[in-house]
Amino acid sequence: MIELKDDRFLDYFRLDERFPHILCPGCGIGTTMATMVRAFLELGIKQDELCVVSGIGCSSRVPGYLDCDSFHTLHGRALPAATGVKLAKPELKVVVIGGDGDIMAIGGNHFIHAARRNIDLTVIVVNNFTYAMTGGQYSPTTPTHERAATAPFGNVERSFDVCFLARAAGAIFVARSTTFHVAHLKKMLELALKKKGFSVVEVISQCPTFYGRYQGIGDAVQMLEWLRARSIDVNKVADPWHQKDKFVIGVLHDQQEIEPYTQLYEEVRERSRGK
Amino acid sequence: MKQLLSGNEACAIGAIRAGVRFFAGYPITPSTEIAEYLARELPRVGGTFIQMEDEIGSICCINGATAAGVKAMTATSGPGFSLMQESIGYSIMAELPCIIVNVMRGGPATGTPTRTSQADVMQARYGTHGDHPIVALCPWSVRECFDLTVEAVNISERLRIPVIVLMDEIVGHMREVVELPEEVEIWRPAQPKPAPEDYYHYDDRNNYDAAIASFGEGYRVHLTGLTHRKDGFPTDDPEIIKWNLDRLRNKIEQNRSWLWDIYYEDIGSETVIVCYGSAARAGMEAKHQFELKTGQRVGIVRLRMVWPFPTERLIALLRSTRRVVVPEMNQGQLYRELERTVSLHVPVVSVQRYDGEMLTPEEIIAHL
Repeated sequence: MIELKDDRFLDYFRLDERFPHILCPGCGIGTTMATMVRAFLELGIKQDELCVVSGIGCSSRVPGYLDCDSFHTLHGRALPAATGVKLAKPELKVVVIGGDGDIMAIGGNHFIHAARRNIDLTVIVVNNFTYAMTGGQYSPTTPTHERAATAPFGNVERSFDVCFLARAAGAIFVARSTTFHVAHLKKMLELALKKKGFSVVEVISQCPTFYGRYQGIGDAVQMLEWLRARSIDVNKVADPWHQKDKFVIGVLHDQQEIEPYTQLYEEVRERSRGK
Repeated sequence: MKQLLSGNEACAIGAIRAGVRFFAGYPITPSTEIAEYLARELPRVGGTFIQMEDEIGSICCINGATAAGVKAMTATSGPGFSLMQESIGYSIMAELPCIIVNVMRGGPATGTPTRTSQADVMQARYGTHGDHPIVALCPWSVRECFDLTVEAVNISERLRIPVIVLMDEIVGHMREVVELPEEVEIWRPAQPKPAPEDYYHYDDRNNYDAAIASFGEGYRVHLTGLTHRKDGFPTDDPEIIKWNLDRLRNKIEQNRSWLWDIYYEDIGSETVIVCYGSAARAGMEAKHQFELKTGQRVGIVRLRMVWPFPTERLIALLRSTRRVVVPEMNQGQLYRELERTVSLHVPVVSVQRYDGEMLTPEEIIAHL
């Protein structure tokens, strides 16, 4: 899988100016970023046709390492900013990347409305079940009872299922993968990027620095083992939406494409001129 | 062509004539007519209107459109303006030229949505966190809603900053017969962009008066709200932090003389009324009535731009004045700015009204 000699792959990164990156050793975000770039290469998405948008958090640092138009916005605000970019320049491929705190909590409202509007974006939600950049506080995806920096006696809240929420809000393509299943993740990202409309890929990722430590799962290798052991293919379960203690991976929702917002708005422009 | 228009409509027309092609907003009284007008007219000129889920989404959306090279605007009122503050800071930090119209109503909180106020003057200046300069314009008539929106677009493009247009319920909803120019002067950058390999998004040469790269032009621009180097990438190097904040400050400070926009009459008079926005309508009427009644001249200084505050200009204008009267529809927000700056030379009196009603000329005359 290591393609460090592949110049086309390396071209997508700002190697001279921006590396080494700030991510912790063993973090899953690097895997996600590299796999995303491989998916771009596979689909022929060129650097100058691409704009990667993020909010704030560990995974939101990804755009800063990529050699393309990159937009590191405010905490939670990647989706409305990406909506502005996409509507202003529909020819750009706009990809949003962010974490569970950024997209599900502070940006949760923007997420459901961007899905409802069917803005032609691919949203990559890197879910590590914690606010990692601020030191391991519980997030909207932290399971109930688990410990976190702000839940020293266990989390009393129920957690969001990112994919279930995305589907309910109107996303036309929803998939889940993990940073252990790299080839599978690449496939999921490709399918999402190919889909015209609002597509979501949830990437379950390891945070050995905080989540792994708080839950006693262990280091990065042990967390990858944990990801493997917990994951189950969507085709092997009867009901993919209600699997307790399992990460159901694969395509969870794939509906026929409907006209994305930009296309519908082009029709509005024509109607406004009386055509 | 003469038209009967409201200030909100004139603002929307000014935006389109100045080249605004993108609007994202959220319904809020008393600014909604701006959104309604643009929802109808922007698609006709190939532009885009979107109603977002809230005001935070609205300003983030226009920041995105601006970053992609389209002139963009939003319009709101107090509560929405409060929600937008963090992102106004982003527009300042990332140097995104956009327009934020705030049609002021009574506050705090939900306040009085259908009544007038000028109580967001200080919020416009200091609403977002961190040291930053701001430009805010304050129209007093329907025609000025048009003119100052055009001016706001030009200033924002030229200085790469968000510009705030501070209207209020009176100015927004008032109707006047106006004749608006079909063509307006639109600022264009003097120099073309350097080639991508020589381009630095925040080079001091690009501080103002220069063309900037947008997404989708092959420049591989990086925008962030973090303190950044001239190439746009984040840093916490103290020297660069200071360079960045100085850069943001200087582009307003060094351009104050052409930015300042002041109308004045009879400033040699013993008493001068310093006012702005719809309170200036009462100020002007007070001047006329007082002059008719007493035969004594009263000066008037009307700030079409309230921020940056024209300190040196006011000190010069008010040099031979004995008394300055500042009528406002708030608890004396700009009065304090005058007290801070010109009261060493001349006593300053605050005339306040904050019950949601328009200031009357009589209330001002009582202080002349």
